[in-house]
Amino acid sequence: MGLKTFSGGVHPYEGKELAKDSAIKEVLPKGVLVFPMSQHIGAPATPIVAVGDTVLKGQKIAEAGGFVSSPIYSSVSGTVKKIEKHRVATGDFVNSIFIESDDQFIETGFEETEDVTKLSKEEIINKVKEAGVVGMGGAGFPTHVKLSPKEPEKIEYIIANCAECEPYLTADYRRMLENTEELVDGMKIILQLFPNAKGVFGVENNKMDCVEKINELIKGEDRLEVCPLVTKYPQGGERQLIYAVTGRAINSKMLPADAGCIVDNVETIIAVYNAVKHGLPVMKRVSTVTGNAIKNPSNFLYSIGTPYQQLVDAAGGFIMEPKKIISGGPMMGFSMFSLDIPTTKTSSSILCMTEDAVSENESIACINCGRCVEACPEKLIPSRLMKFSERNLMEDFEKWSGLECIECGSCSYVCPSKRQVAQSIKTMKKLVLAEKRKQQSK
Amino acid sequence: MSETYQVSSSPHVREKVTTGNIMLYVIIALLPTTLFGIYNFGWRALLLIVVTIATCVISEFVFNIIAKRKQTISDCSAIVTGLLLALNFPSTLPIWEAVIGGFFAIIIVKMVFGGLGQNFMNPALGARCFLLIAFAADMTSFISGTKYDGIASATPLAMIRNEGLSSVNVQDMLLGNTAGTIGETSAIAILIGAIILILFGVIDLKIPGSYIVTFALFMFLFGADRFNINYVVAQLCGGGLMLGAFFMATDYVTSPITPMGKIVFGICCGLLTGIFRCFGANAEGVSFAIILSNLLVPLIEKVTIPRAFGIKKEAKKNE
Repeated sequence: MGLKTFSGGVHPYEGKELAKDSAIKEVLPKGVLVFPMSQHIGAPATPIVAVGDTVLKGQKIAEAGGFVSSPIYSSVSGTVKKIEKHRVATGDFVNSIFIESDDQFIETGFEETEDVTKLSKEEIINKVKEAGVVGMGGAGFPTHVKLSPKEPEKIEYIIANCAECEPYLTADYRRMLENTEELVDGMKIILQLFPNAKGVFGVENNKMDCVEKINELIKGEDRLEVCPLVTKYPQGGERQLIYAVTGRAINSKMLPADAGCIVDNVETIIAVYNAVKHGLPVMKRVSTVTGNAIKNPSNFLYSIGTPYQQLVDAAGGFIMEPKKIISGGPMMGFSMFSLDIPTTKTSSSILCMTEDAVSENESIACINCGRCVEACPEKLIPSRLMKFSERNLMEDFEKWSGLECIECGSCSYVCPSKRQVAQSIKTMKKLVLAEKRKQQSK
Repeated sequence: MSETYQVSSSPHVREKVTTGNIMLYVIIALLPTTLFGIYNFGWRALLLIVVTIATCVISEFVFNIIAKRKQTISDCSAIVTGLLLALNFPSTLPIWEAVIGGFFAIIIVKMVFGGLGQNFMNPALGARCFLLIAFAADMTSFISGTKYDGIASATPLAMIRNEGLSSVNVQDMLLGNTAGTIGETSAIAILIGAIILILFGVIDLKIPGSYIVTFALFMFLFGADRFNINYVVAQLCGGGLMLGAFFMATDYVTSPITPMGKIVFGICCGLLTGIFRCFGANAEGVSFAIILSNLLVPLIEKVTIPRAFGIKKEAKKNE
């Protein structure tokens, strides 16, 4: 059986051995938890609690701010201390609700569903929406929107993004090994919405134990299958994954649904399962705490809103002074200058490294070597886009398909002159998109 | 806040290969033909190589100081330029002409256009063509290497042109026991270098492949000895073709970056070399073919902008 993949991409040092064998452990939060109102793509949520209110674990504290938005729930019981702006992992300041935990974890009731197969499509989507499920791999796109395409009967593939192509991350890996049933049942729930679709688990071949585990569970299910993929970054990029699994190529102007696909990551599918089966809102998730500065690299199940500092402490703290701390993976994550930052629905990892590969390198002239061209999974010419960005040539940037960039960072990774290729392209993309919006509103 | 950590835009990890490494790989790949050239032509070849490299590195060093630029000699690209240029000299070239060549390559062709990555013409080839015009006699008087013990001799290409194919021995041309510039005579030594370049991932076959195939086809169809495979092989091994196709046409800076453009560029080089060799006044043609093609690069890139992933041809037409 030939392994499937896409063209381009890179093979960074995997680093997964650090936390791979650490089973998921639950970490209980202490003190004040912070809940930013933007943990998803779309309109920020609107607080529905006031300072001084007591809240229970699982109580809704903020209402979705629109259709493309998502509600937020408290993951502890306690008192609302304040509502004000706080820094999040991306570096932005976001309006946030601060809740001091009373360490009792008193829950509101959750509505179990005996037989999920009896639920109607509307009921399922509504439960997903109410639970505040968003793309938990990092993008944070509200899942109920994804699950409501214009023509549900045209969806042919539900792809579980089990690639986990970012180096160091092992949270999805542990989930696949330890919570296989939830993952498969979550997939079955999603398949209820799409009568013509089959569910495919796209797993990189560095996780063959997961492939076997899932295969065992789906024996005899003709709507489910596992698709082993080549281990290569960014195999878990949405467009790359769809191409690998189905051979269909989509561009930036298309949705996966245009190719008859819906892609959800492991953590998201498990959240769907918990929301529909157990009526649980998104309050917890699994993240990897790893890197060579961490004493005991671990995979933790923790309450969303816990500051990163507590996760680092739970992993035994630092054995060496870290230089760089990254929320997410090393290829696309955000570096943070402090640990006083709350975890959110999209926090897949915290990576603490004693070396900063970026600051050690000095950028020199681009020699046009074309390594970025070979690495680019979108078949772009990154070095040229970088030049257009430096010279602010918007038209050329668009003509050379700069807007198709998925910001995977492969170009910067391979650049022998150590230039910030991806950074210039990302910046220019923002400027071009802003310019377009300006022209449209005129 | 008690502690602050370093921040930067993602990605936060980088591959280890540097531009300096790539230049080193090129130097390593040039070693077989360099060593063969020294063996073939003796100490004078070595002297020319050392002088040319030194001139290139010193020129860049001094230019950076005078222009108050950051020092760039550590990227090793001046060494590559010097070595390539020297390999294009006949072993009898006067030393002072080699110095002028090195200076011209670095200062005129490279540094005044902005240094590494900014030149539009391959520095070594630019300088070679300059010397070919300025010192035509010295640049084209060759001696045969070990075989004739330093006796003035015509290059195999000139012999084919003047006396026909039977006057050359293709086996000698493969091994390199012939007259020519220091680094161009041994097709085998150059091919070993080419394999090194490909294995280290420095180049792929797009440019050299399309160059050589186009040129071979051209010579097969239009050459003086048309439809003769032996003639084509002799043409491939003769002159600067192998060195040019693998080491000069593939110069990153002066070749297109678009994958399709690389193939078009190779075809241009092949066609021009064929035309120059068949119809030109000189038996040679590689250097001029490549630098002319260098000038076409912006145009080639313009018509070979690749389609991004997931963008269909039809969609483009609709616009």
